[in-house]
Amino acid sequence: MLSFVDSVQSAVAGIKDGSTVMIGGFGNAGQPFELIDALLECGATDLTVVNNNAGQGDQGLALLIKEGRVKKMICSFPRQSDSWHFDAQYKAGQIELELVPQGNLAERIRAAGAGIGGFFTPTGYGTMLAEGKETRFLDGKWQVFETPIHADVALIKALKADGKGNLVYRKTARNFGPIMAAAAKHTIVQVSEIVPTGGLDPENVVTPGIYVNSIVKVAGSGSTAGKAA
Amino acid sequence: MSLTDTSIKTSETPLGRDDLARLVARDIAPGSFVNLGIGQPTLVSNYLTEEQNITLHTENGMLGMGPAAEGDQIDGDLINAGKIPVTELPGASYFHHADSFAIMRGGHLDICVLGAFQVSATGDLANWHTGAPGAIPAVGGAMDLATGAKDVFVMMTLLTREGASKIVEACTYPITGVGCVTRVYTDKAVFLTGPEGVSVRETFGCTLEELQELVPVPLKAAPAAG
Repeated sequence: MLSFVDSVQSAVAGIKDGSTVMIGGFGNAGQPFELIDALLECGATDLTVVNNNAGQGDQGLALLIKEGRVKKMICSFPRQSDSWHFDAQYKAGQIELELVPQGNLAERIRAAGAGIGGFFTPTGYGTMLAEGKETRFLDGKWQVFETPIHADVALIKALKADGKGNLVYRKTARNFGPIMAAAAKHTIVQVSEIVPTGGLDPENVVTPGIYVNSIVKVAGSGSTAGKAA
Repeated sequence: MSLTDTSIKTSETPLGRDDLARLVARDIAPGSFVNLGIGQPTLVSNYLTEEQNITLHTENGMLGMGPAAEGDQIDGDLINAGKIPVTELPGASYFHHADSFAIMRGGHLDICVLGAFQVSATGDLANWHTGAPGAIPAVGGAMDLATGAKDVFVMMTLLTREGASKIVEACTYPITGVGCVTRVYTDKAVFLTGPEGVSVRETFGCTLEELQELVPVPLKAAPAAG
């Protein structure tokens, strides 16, 4: 059931302690800062967060980590020049890390949304990230068994939504949005513009509205221009 | 060819970073789809020519990436894998992350150029983690690129600051991929790697014999370039 809500606070109000939350974005591009701020405000804690990174600087996901709301990060690239809040928590043993090669992260999220119970891939074979995982020789290559990543909630950012919840994105801010929208039980989207039903060319819709549950308009949310990485 | 044959010495001095980038760029076949890793490999884009008609891929979801953005061009929604603002070229396309990695993992990318800590005699790559105690591991797309691209080129200095060869019998750093590297471009030589071991295509500022003194795996001259 699709709903249009009038504030980011009410959009995230149903997120419970202990939830697995997917957060879109690659670095700052596509990161739904306002929804993350609202999640911080609403107090939900003990969260498992799925994102490519583990927060940058003193905003968005980095603040959620700083405030101790995240018990586990599932990501591919936590360590960056400005990931100091994650670094401090990790070194203090206060946050768990599941490090996943970026393509496996994307494909495991995609698999969850597509109802796939697992898949074999050559990525990571023979490395420490495949230790303990089932392997098979398939198609002339050694491959590693990977499982889907499901989530209770996805927080993503798109450029525009129409009245049916169909979404279009902007440039490389698209990144994880479409696959996270499909993988989560409840998908919350912040957009910079809501257009009437029929206002998006069906040929250009990237995420069909069937994957979307809540939409909130956030002014200027379509571009991260002011928050360049 | 004997080990002392000097005919593969193509430069009297070791190559600098830009000369090496120029050489890699020249070796990329026209019409290729290419992913350039963060750091030294990024320099290669400075030397690709329009006639080569190369399409650059960035794993955060774009084909047809243009040069770094400057001034008014800077747009936080248009960045590369190193999170640097970039531009789009005519004919560019955007896609989500699973599609972007399917481009690598599905074997559609012709070449990726990566940096490395070490490359083994059989082409194992180590470039993501030093394994040092307390180091926070971060892998990003390195393992997908290493196993997915048709050709994996490495660009690095041959020696560490301490003078140890980065071409090794077996990697001592945690590996990124098994037997995936096909060529290694260094300041002192271009190496071809594969199941038969390491051969040398050309040397810069040293003979093959002098090179062999630095590298702890058996080297042979590669057959004339095809």
